[in-house]
Formats: sequence, structure tokens, C-alpha cells
Amino acid sequence: MNERIQRLRKASFEAEPLISIERAILETEFYQENFGKYSMPVMRALFFKYLCENKTIYIGEDELIVGERGPWPKAVPTYPELTCHTVADLKILKTRPMTRYKISEEDIKTYQEKIIPFWRGRSMRERILKHVPQQWKLAYKAGLFTEFMEQRAPGHTTLDGIIYQKGLLDFKGEIAKGLAGLDYQNDPEAADKAEQLKAMDIACDAAILFAERHASLADQMAAGGKHSPRKEELLRIAANCRWVPAHAPRDFWEAIQMYWFVHLGTITELNGWDAMNPGHLDQHLLPFYEKGLVEGTLDREKAKELLSCFWIKFNNHPAPPKVGVTAQESGTYNDFTNINLGGLKRDGSDGVNQVSYLILEIMDELHLLQPGSSVQISDKTPDHFLKTACRVIRKGYGYPSVFNVDAVVMEQIRVGKSIEDAREGGCSGCIETGAFGKEAYILTGYLNVPKLLELALNNGVDPLSGEKVGLETGDPREFKDFEELYAAFKKQLHYIVDLKIRVNNYIERLFALNVPAPFLSVVIRDCIANGKDYHNGGPRYNTNYIQCCGIGTITDSLSAIKKHVFEDPTVTMEKLLHALATNFENQKALRLLLQNKTPFFGNDDDAADTIMQKVYQSLYEAIDGKPNTKGGEYHLNMLSTTCHVYFGRMLGASANGRLAGHPESDGTSPSHGADRNGPTAVVNSLSKMDQIKSGGTLLNQRFLPSILEKDADLEKLVRLIRTYFRLNGHHIQFNVVDTETLRHAQTNPAEYRDLLVRVAGYSDYFVDLDQSIQQEIIDRTAHESF
Amino acid sequence: MQTGLIFDIKRYAIHDGPGIRTTVFFKGCPFSCWWCHNPEGLEMAPQGLYSQERCISCGECVSICPNAALKISSQGVVTKQSLCQLCGTCAKVCPAEARELAGIYIGVENLMRIIEKDVIFYDESGGGATFSGGEPLMQADFLLELLKACGRRDIHRAIDTTGYADEDVLMAIARETELFLFDLKLMDSDKHKKYTGVSNRKILSNLELLARQGASITIRVPLLPGINDNDENIHTTGKFISKLPGIKHVDILPYHEAARYKYLKLRTNYSGEKMLPPSEEQLSRAAQRLKRFGLKVKIGG
Repeated sequence: MNERIQRLRKASFEAEPLISIERAILETEFYQENFGKYSMPVMRALFFKYLCENKTIYIGEDELIVGERGPWPKAVPTYPELTCHTVADLKILKTRPMTRYKISEEDIKTYQEKIIPFWRGRSMRERILKHVPQQWKLAYKAGLFTEFMEQRAPGHTTLDGIIYQKGLLDFKGEIAKGLAGLDYQNDPEAADKAEQLKAMDIACDAAILFAERHASLADQMAAGGKHSPRKEELLRIAANCRWVPAHAPRDFWEAIQMYWFVHLGTITELNGWDAMNPGHLDQHLLPFYEKGLVEGTLDREKAKELLSCFWIKFNNHPAPPKVGVTAQESGTYNDFTNINLGGLKRDGSDGVNQVSYLILEIMDELHLLQPGSSVQISDKTPDHFLKTACRVIRKGYGYPSVFNVDAVVMEQIRVGKSIEDAREGGCSGCIETGAFGKEAYILTGYLNVPKLLELALNNGVDPLSGEKVGLETGDPREFKDFEELYAAFKKQLHYIVDLKIRVNNYIERLFALNVPAPFLSVVIRDCIANGKDYHNGGPRYNTNYIQCCGIGTITDSLSAIKKHVFEDPTVTMEKLLHALATNFENQKALRLLLQNKTPFFGNDDDAADTIMQKVYQSLYEAIDGKPNTKGGEYHLNMLSTTCHVYFGRMLGASANGRLAGHPESDGTSPSHGADRNGPTAVVNSLSKMDQIKSGGTLLNQRFLPSILEKDADLEKLVRLIRTYFRLNGHHIQFNVVDTETLRHAQTNPAEYRDLLVRVAGYSDYFVDLDQSIQQEIIDRTAHESF
Repeated sequence: MQTGLIFDIKRYAIHDGPGIRTTVFFKGCPFSCWWCHNPEGLEMAPQGLYSQERCISCGECVSICPNAALKISSQGVVTKQSLCQLCGTCAKVCPAEARELAGIYIGVENLMRIIEKDVIFYDESGGGATFSGGEPLMQADFLLELLKACGRRDIHRAIDTTGYADEDVLMAIARETELFLFDLKLMDSDKHKKYTGVSNRKILSNLELLARQGASITIRVPLLPGINDNDENIHTTGKFISKLPGIKHVDILPYHEAARYKYLKLRTNYSGEKMLPPSEEQLSRAAQRLKRFGLKVKIGG
């Protein structure tokens, strides 16, 4: 890391996230003046242009890649058209203990006087919550699901390589052609398409103008004074901003700046989930990298410096503030850009190149919160690349995560995408599969699967509130066998999923009609050709995901009931229900019996794993293939992000011995502490899930740094990953755990049954070691941490 | 069909031979090493384990015991050894896992079913099955059948052994084994007898025999400060190994104190109570000395 990067990195680390109300002020002014004068797409495009003309722009000292969404680094705008924060919201954001955002009292006052009065009742959030049926409200309040679009726009967007081949002027040409070709006689949608295309054209102008303002600012900053290296840099920055995004980039520096302007455009226009994502950045940049080396205009160090500057730009952009349930499902500054390294090329050949390695090196050096990165591994990926990635993993930053490209391709073929588009696709956000640059693949919200069982065990009543939020599926004390209980669970599942989809489809239309995204639509394939917006079925593919949480918790709970209530019968349903209702108070022996004498998911034990398969199949049947409003379908996804913590809080004690309010299992990982047979058993259990039928699964594995210390151990980790992928696993990530976790493991051993540690010449489970050895390992790890 | 007595199976064993392996621990050992880290593997019979720390005194075990061998006392649940038949019923019902049975009898095919669960990992990593203990050679017939069953399924076979067995038994096993992880603790026969209970004569001659027959062998030296880490022993060890044909690899396994809690659960005395793990200096000194003999030395398995 050179000195420039050290300074930029430090500044980025030290800058505090704060709320900028500039965008809200400009938007309110614009809406007050123009609402109703234009079609909605054109008005949104004109507003975007108004923003690009008027927002404060910023070029920082030392910066080589320029442009900020807010007036300066880590200043986050608000999007009142989506969520109009109340004064109370802003005060909470300012003072809450986690993910806090600074805001001045003066700005709060301005918000109260100018912003809130206009947007009250008009924001998407309010319109959605006003519309939803009572049953939905009850279920939402009870924590049965979350709703992604109640605060942010549909997003999860990743680009393909088109913006490195075409500038916005080229896109304007295509738009003009599209407009000229509209068939007003035979196409009943022609008028709508014309408005959409005009809007896209205006959006291109807006982004070009935004770049030109940066060119002028750079020129001004360079003016006067004597010759200096910084002056040269500023002049080069000005030249870059005059060329991109209007034209296709010609070199490495322009290519990065091109992407960054497109990135800024989409996250300024709207507040889409997961920001924006360059996707296969290493593949996109390779031609520019090679050209620069050949021509002598670039060397490895310069490329690394430019990429490092770019990395820091991501880190300067915390996620826009979330409140309420959405803050609980996703309480982080991370805005989930997930850069894909390696993977496959469109023609099916291996995508790993020199830039992939360069980026791994940068991740290792900078270890920033953002952007996230993953390595995409196919059968064709060289071991050397995976091993290099594992060397970064063992440092314990939690990244890169590791994806199975061959599975990701199969998942996409299954739902009808072309093989080439599937290969150009990958995973964004956390683990979501999509065809990069060609698809709107929207996460609609998390589903609390263990809570559905709780409803079935309480005849539709939420025991936490006493309210009836589910269906009356009968008194479980009268269920004759496990299948009757399971049937009740399935009824609750279908009822809740149908409720969620019904509201989601309404929300989708609200977005399509009221907040189209003309700029984003320019860069996603087929929106121009179709004359349709990203939110309105314009892209080539349109997918909605529902993310199912707690597969470990539900499997283990069902397994416990099956074994102890119906098969062995050692516990009556009455006794179990009482124990759950009283959070196992004075029921220590029963709780231990459930925890220790039940087949649990993650142990390669068919007694549990077949229940997991059954639940998974039911989720698939309830969700997969339902139509959305954009010509696409709903599919299931097995991600939890941090929602398993929120869902756990909304769930009483469960039959696997989990106490009320405790987190559920995360992603598709086994419940905490349930897997006791090591990582191969976990992998085998997971491989029994037909993951190809999903849009992504997530497996977390915990290792201690010392277990990966030697290259021979690392090699075995590589083999573990390869085997999981041979078994069609979608994703795996490693927590190389820290001291704090180990301390927690010492006091809560039951939750850490699966924590493998290297003791001396061998490995053992941490909780099986006596206290003094545990302490020794804790001390050792502390020495190893940075 | 042969049945054997084992006390543990570890999957994702990554320090017991090449690749990702499943290690099966045989119960029963002719030695009684002071430092033994698997004391539950010593006796050639199932043993009851009890952890007072885990026990919640719920009394489930007491009421279910068919031999009325258990009662609750101020020290938790106590077992009247003369009545206990080691049937394991108490361990089955104990919700807290305070009562466990170390040692189960298992048939070759049932054990193979477990070993085979991870075949794809062995294939991918060049791993396989490792038979450890205790001393696996003590159940030679069972071991041999198991090795043959693995061989028929192309599963790589390693044996972690002290080499203490009759020559012909060892040779029969060697024909069905790809790799020996051969323990060499002490070169001096008297000291060997003092600390392990048996002389090392048979061990050394068996090792020579194996080497001469061309078996693939990795030597494992547990490094035990104050017992075998002196320069003389290390020197003699290195010299002895270097004269054997074909042996290149030596793993030094640092003594560790992790087994202490196991002795507690077994309620037996730990002769290694006062032993300390070797320091980094002690480890590298031993490694350096062994390297002088042209050996490839690794610390850890």
C-alpha cells in the first residue's frame, strides 16, 4: 500500500457516516414545481438530471477515481420518495447504539419544515403500509416475514461488460433508434414505450453532465500554481470525466471511472438494494490492463493504486439508513456490493486472470468493510487461485466467500436462461444468483420458517402476542402422528407465502408506475429494446426471490417432535407445548434431552436430513414458479443475512431446545452447536439439499486461525471446498474465529459444539477441552490477531 | 463377520496421514504410557465415563439402571462397580451427556458404512481411513478384515501404531496397508519399560522388519520434556531411523495437556499430571537434530 492509499484508507476509516438532506431538498423542490407536468418516467429522469446539475460535487485530495453520491465521503442522502423519515426516525438514527448516522439539529428542523410536510402520505413506504390487508399487517408484526421494498427500491443489480464497450452516447443512439421504430398503429404500448425511452435518453444526458461538472471542478483545482504531480493528475481526471461515461473507456483508468459514474448514477437515482455491483470486474478490466502493459502506459503498481482508490470509494458509501424491521433484518453499514473474481467466461472457459490475483492482493492489504468480494470457482478454476483465496480467508476477515460457478450456472439453466447469459452471471449481494447485466432479480423479503411451525403448534395463534395471525389448523394435542403436524405446518406455509406474494405484486406495480429507474434501465440489457423500465419487466430476465430462514432450526425442531413425541414417545405433546410456552422453565432435563438426544441437521444423519429435504421441498412447492408482475417467476433462496437474529427474537422457545428470543440457524448452516461430526458431515448433510432448485444457499463454517496455519492444512481446506462443490454446494464461507467468540464459547459451550480448534499436533472440538487448554488457545489466538 | 471394540471415530481428520481422513480409534492397548492422551482407549473393554460437571442430578439413570448400580450422592451419581454390567442403558437416557460409554462393539460392515460416508472427500484430497487407538494391532483379525474391506473399495489405509505385535501378524497387516504412522517414543529399553510398561525390543525389530519389507512408514515421535527430549535419545532415534531403508519422514508430536479432563471422567490417575508441553526451543532443537540425519521433519501430524 503506497502513501496515497494509506492516507485515503485512513480518511475513509475515520469518516463518520452522516445523513445529507441535500438530495431530499432538491427532490422536494423539483416535485413541488413539476409533479403532474410530465409522464412519470420522464419526470423521474428530469429529476435525476436536476440532481446531477445541482448536487454538491466533491473531488478529494489524493483521489484518482472521483465522484460521490453525497456531498462528501460517507455522507448518505435520503430518498423521501421511498421512505420519508420522521423526526423520531432521524433522532433514533442519530442516537441508536449500532449503525448510527450523524445529523445536525438544524437539518432535522429543515426536514420537519420542508421535507416531511410534502412527502407525508406520498412515500412508497406509507402507500404500501396503507394498502396492505390486515392479515398481512398481523403477520408482518409477528415477524413471519420481512418486506424489502418497504424502505428501499428493488435492486440487487449487477452489470455485465457492456459499459466497457459502449458509452452513454452509444446508448443514446440505440434509444433514438428505438423511438424511431415504435409502431404506434399496432403496438398498444407504443406511447408508454416512447415515454420510457425519452426518459432513458434524458438520464444519459444527466449522467454525462454530472461527469462534465467533475471535469470542470478538476480543471479549476488544477488551475494556477506551478507544475506539480497533483496538477497533472487533476488534468488527467478532468480529461477522464470529459470522455467517460459519454464514450466507451479507452484505458484502465477510464474503465474504472466509467464504472464508477454508472454506479453513482444508479445509487443516486434511487436507493436500490445492494447498491450496484460491477460483477466480473477482473474479466472486464483485463483487456485494459493488458493493453496498458503492452503500450507501456500502465504497470502493475499503477493498476493496483487505481484499483485501491476504487476500493476506497466503495467504502466511502455506507448503506443508506434503515429503520424499523428493515434495520433489524439488515443492520449494517455494508451495502453488499459483491465483486466476483474468477468464474467462467461467456464461452465457458476459465475466467481467472492477472487482475483476479491483483484484486485478491488488494483485499488482503486494505481489508475494508466494503466492497465485499467472492471467488467464483468452477471445475476449470486452477487450484492456485483457490489456494491464494484461502490464504486471504485464513487472515480472518470473513472474505472472500467462495462460490460454485458450476452450480450457479445450473441454477440459471433450470429457470430457462441461456448458457452464455448464465456463465456471465454470478452471485451478488450475499449469495443471490443472477444473470449479470440482464436480469432484475429481486429479493422480496425473508420468511421465518420456524415461526410457521410455531403457528401450527398453536393453532394459528402467535404465542408471543396472543393474536391469531395464521390459520386454524387444529389442536396439536389431537394430532395422531407426525404427518398430521406436518400437514398443519404446510397449510401455514402456503397461507403466509400467498399473503406475502399478493402484497409483493402490489408493491411491484407501485414501483413500476411511480418510481421507474430510467438510468438503471439504460445499462440493463433489453430494457431499451423492450422500451420498458427495469421495474416493469424491461430486462431480459425477471426473478423474484423469497429468502427462507432457519432451515436448521425448523429441521431440528421437527426432528425432536418426531422422535420424542411420536416415535419414542418419551414426551407428551402437552408437556412439550407447556415447556415451549414457559421457555423451558424448570425443565432442564427435558431441554437437554431435546438438545442431546435428537438427530440434528448437519451430522450426515438421514433421520434429520430427510426432514430437511421434506421442508425444503415444501418451501419449493409453495414458492417456485409463481408468476410475478414482470413476466418472471418467484423462486426460493436460502439466505438469512442477519435476519435469523431478528426472526429468533420474534420466536418463542423451539422444540430443538432453543430458548425464546435466541437466534435461529443462519442461512443453510446447521443450528449453532447442532453439528458435532465435523465439516465433512456438514457438507454431506448440505449436499442432500437439492440446491440447484434454489437461487442460492449459504453455508457458514467456523475455523480457528491456527487450524489453517500450515499450507498443508490450507490444502485440505481447498479439498473440502472442492468436494462440497462436486456435491453441488452453492456457497461456503469461513469464519476464522476471534478471541471474543472463543470467550463466548467458553461460557456457552452448547452453542459451540462444532468449533474445531487446533490444539497441538492435532485438532479437537474447543468445548471438549478443559478450561486451562481453552484458556491457552484463547491467549494464543490473541497473540495472533492483528 | 468380525466385530471390534472402538471408542471414537473422527471425521475430517487432517493430521493422521495424507488428505482428508476418517480416523477410527481402537480400544485396548498393551502400553500404559504416562502421557497417554487417550486413556479411554487403554482398556480392552467398554468403560463408563461420568462427568459431574455436566450432571444435573435428574436421576433418570438411577431409575432406569437394570442392575440398581447407581445412586445420587453429594458427589453426583456414583456407580457401584460390582453391580455395573456396562450395558450402557444409563448413557442412552442421560439427557445431559454426563454418562457416556467409552467403547462400542461394531461389525466391519457397519463401520465401513461410516467410513464410506466420506469417500468423496478421500477421492478429492487423496485421503482415506486411519486406524488408531489404543493399539489397533491388538485386534488384528478385526483390523485385517477392515483393511481388506477398505482395499476392495479403493480406500487408502493408514495405521497409527506402536508396532507392538507378533511378526507374522504385522506382516499380514502390512500387506493390506498403504502407510504406517509408527510411534517411536524412547530408544533406551529400560526407560521405555519405565514409562510405557513394556520393553521396546519388539517395537524396534518390527520397525526394521517393516522397513526392510518396503512398507511406507512415517515415524511419529511424541516429544515429552524430561522423558525423551534429551539430545542423546533424539540422536539415537535419528541414527536408528536413518539406517532403515526408505524412511524419510518424521513427525514430532508435541506433548499436550488436553487429556487431563479425560482422566477425571474415567476417575483414574494421570501419571503425566506434572508434565509440561515442550517449548518452541525444545521442539526446534529436536527437529534440528533429527534433520542432521537427512530426515524430513515436521512438527505436528
